[in-house]
Amino acid sequence: MTELEILQAYWWLLIAVLGAVLVFLLFVQGGQTLLWAGRTEVERQLMINSLGRKWELSFTTLVVFGGAFFASFPLFYSTSFGGAYWLWMLILISFVVQAVSYEYRRKKGNIYGTGVYDGLLLFNGIVGCILLGVAVAMMFFGAEFTVARGNILDAGNPVISRWAPTHGLEAIASWKNLLLGVAVFFLARTQGALYFVNNISGDASFTARMRRVAGANGLVFALLFVAFVVVLMLSPGMRMQPDGTFASEPNAYLHSLLHMWWGAVILLAGVVMVLYGIFRTALDSRWRAGIWFCGIGTVLVVVILFLLAGYDSMAYYPSLLDAGSSLSISNSSSSLFTLKVMSRVSVLIPFVIAYIAYVWRKMNKQPLTPAELNREHHQY
Amino acid sequence: MNDLMSVVDWSRAQFALTAMYHWLFVPLTIGLSVIVAIMETAYYRTGNERWKALTKFWMTLFGINFAIGVATGIILEFEFGTNWSNYSWFVGDIFGAPLAIEGIVAFFMEATFVAVMFFGWNKVSRGFHLASTWLTSIGVTLSALWILVANAWMQNPVGMEFDPAQMRNVMSDFWEVAFNPVSMNKFFHTVFSTWTLAGVFVVGVSSWLLWRRSNVGAATTSLKIGAWFGIAGMLLTFMTGDGSAVQVARVQPMKLAAMEGLYDGKVGQELVGFGILNTDKKPGDDAPAMHFEVSIPKGLSVLANHDPNSFVPGINDLLQGIELTPAGDTVRTVSYAERIATGRCAQQALRDYNAARAAGDESAMADAAARVAKDFKYFGYGYFETPEQAVPPVTVTFYAFRVMVCLGGILLLVLMLGAFASSFRPRLLANKFVLWAGMISLPLVWICSQAGWIVAEVGRQPWTIQDLLPVTAGISDVPSGSVQLTFWIFAAVFTLLLVAEVSIMARFIARSSRGDIEKDNN
Repeated sequence: MTELEILQAYWWLLIAVLGAVLVFLLFVQGGQTLLWAGRTEVERQLMINSLGRKWELSFTTLVVFGGAFFASFPLFYSTSFGGAYWLWMLILISFVVQAVSYEYRRKKGNIYGTGVYDGLLLFNGIVGCILLGVAVAMMFFGAEFTVARGNILDAGNPVISRWAPTHGLEAIASWKNLLLGVAVFFLARTQGALYFVNNISGDASFTARMRRVAGANGLVFALLFVAFVVVLMLSPGMRMQPDGTFASEPNAYLHSLLHMWWGAVILLAGVVMVLYGIFRTALDSRWRAGIWFCGIGTVLVVVILFLLAGYDSMAYYPSLLDAGSSLSISNSSSSLFTLKVMSRVSVLIPFVIAYIAYVWRKMNKQPLTPAELNREHHQY
Repeated sequence: MNDLMSVVDWSRAQFALTAMYHWLFVPLTIGLSVIVAIMETAYYRTGNERWKALTKFWMTLFGINFAIGVATGIILEFEFGTNWSNYSWFVGDIFGAPLAIEGIVAFFMEATFVAVMFFGWNKVSRGFHLASTWLTSIGVTLSALWILVANAWMQNPVGMEFDPAQMRNVMSDFWEVAFNPVSMNKFFHTVFSTWTLAGVFVVGVSSWLLWRRSNVGAATTSLKIGAWFGIAGMLLTFMTGDGSAVQVARVQPMKLAAMEGLYDGKVGQELVGFGILNTDKKPGDDAPAMHFEVSIPKGLSVLANHDPNSFVPGINDLLQGIELTPAGDTVRTVSYAERIATGRCAQQALRDYNAARAAGDESAMADAAARVAKDFKYFGYGYFETPEQAVPPVTVTFYAFRVMVCLGGILLLVLMLGAFASSFRPRLLANKFVLWAGMISLPLVWICSQAGWIVAEVGRQPWTIQDLLPVTAGISDVPSGSVQLTFWIFAAVFTLLLVAEVSIMARFIARSSRGDIEKDNN
């Protein structure tokens, strides 16, 4: 492997990790869809304040995911965001309204009332999760675009990356994409419930209810995820050939998984951790650590899914209109110089993770209780 | 793409809308974070609960504003992809890096420690809480650094070279991209302006409390801090603004000419202090540039070159190729008509390069690549039909510059009055004129701040990247109707959220005025 290829693989791994952490942190969005499972105002207050201390992490991870993708694979940024316009705009709008809803929902003078802000959190929980899942699914099932760099010399029509006229709506209408989207949605709800079990105490009936919610949503997720994996393994993928062209290959992802046997092992370990986290929480009324097992398992599974999309000469953004336009980590990355610079910056990532973990631990030493909530000056 | 200009205009409108809304909130976040940290430092050092109460009072307002700043910020980042996809490819190799660094270094820092700021009072030690407040402030300031580095680079593209094989620009010197004089000056000018804005905000709110004769002690202390902090910010903003003018004269002389409505420059050029622009004036015609003006003799020569007898070129001079060298000497360089021809040569050379590459003719490729490199400096001009297309909108730039400078001067006087009254003549704080001056300055500081960005961004039109990529070539392949729809969606959403934000803040301040800030916030 050349130095450039190593750095491309390294940055794809970082993108995979960021994407995986984002999927884990979607427990915030999932939790937002569970607010209506709170039976009393106190329960809802506990849920919203518990989530409210973490919403910025998922939001920030999405922003950094975008920034890192821009820096390392700018052709993806240019092609996907400019092409699947409506898909990304809907995702962004759902996050815009989320950002203010926590802070404003119970503030006096908020004009629209608590119900509207809670509705916006629900909107973010549903649309954000499903459409992010759809966006990731396109990395396997492809999208309708073409890339022609020479277009930039045509002053009358200069755009390099062009998309189908539906601009992302066709991706939302694809059942394969939606399958992953809905699976992500139920995973987020499951993790939201697991997070509540871990982070809120002092109300036994609430915790018991959340355990049941985690079990039920976890079951739906597991079924949808299995269906997605089966569809993925049976689907064709676009693989780069030795001459640099792309060709569609039946069962390509199955082949890649067999080539990357270590990935299959990690994927399996991740799935086991996810299932263990969910179902032990549902069944063992004293166990609260499910979010950590499920969360770490989720990260492992999603990292491997990203690696399946981008490694082993696969096109991580297959074009359904023109195979040659497909994006791979080798033809869409930044230059060697920029990847080197960014790799030096990435040395900071462990420090960032370390202080986030330290602060999280310090702030979450004790689960949130109604008594503690009453002492808080700043409430959502 | 039949509706090219419509897509360009709506994409610009959407970006301007998002940026301007974002900039309503962000300067208050950056500046107020420092004021809150200063107050909490006083609490940490003295242990006086009064400081804690003041910290919490202003921190609540900070929190209300912080959320909506975050909300509008996410759109900006992604709009580079959604609406400026060609741009994202053409310079993504350089431009993406500061955005990623901003996320890794700054966003996580502010997101992590802002939670401690709000929720950590009962969970962490006083020292840890204070550190978190400062780290939040550093985080928001660092995020400004990297996005301003990115913005400055668009106006002064350095540290890169064009690679014809990839049909894009690639980074060649990170430090030159990050820490060139233009980016550093832009960063400090912008951040100091946020200090001013936050200082005026604190003065304005405190003035209202004093006008209501409510919480006199808390309001006087806050007003004193806000006024002195605002003065420091304003003086530093003026200093860095002077540096900006010198750099604009060197790097974007057309912007400077537009800021002044200057068509025909001269030695010892005056600065228009106040004037009414002839909006019918076109480059090259004989019409007067101004209907009326009050000017400062030799002022523009001093501003641009720090030399009262220097030459400052106007729009007509620049179109003909008369410019200043970095040393301040007047030279005849390349006229805009020649730039267009050179840009077209560069673009043709690039087509030849692609054709040679397809044919596998390495000798022709090398020849074409050499021609691209020779003419690439004016690559972007190749998209124009006439030199006049490279002239920014003069009217908006001219008036925005005057609004910014005039309001800056007025605000400095108000801040000085507030600082003097709160520090030396407290009885003046019962004077309604003084308090009204503080309250009226509240909207003025936002107008001033927005005007600054209008000068910077309208004045650099038609370029997304100076001299290399005009807005017409930077867009995405999205129908105009779609962009119009998202424009109106954002306009509605941002406006509704702004109304809610202002309402919540006003209600909180009003409620606080009926109680005791020093007791209610402890």
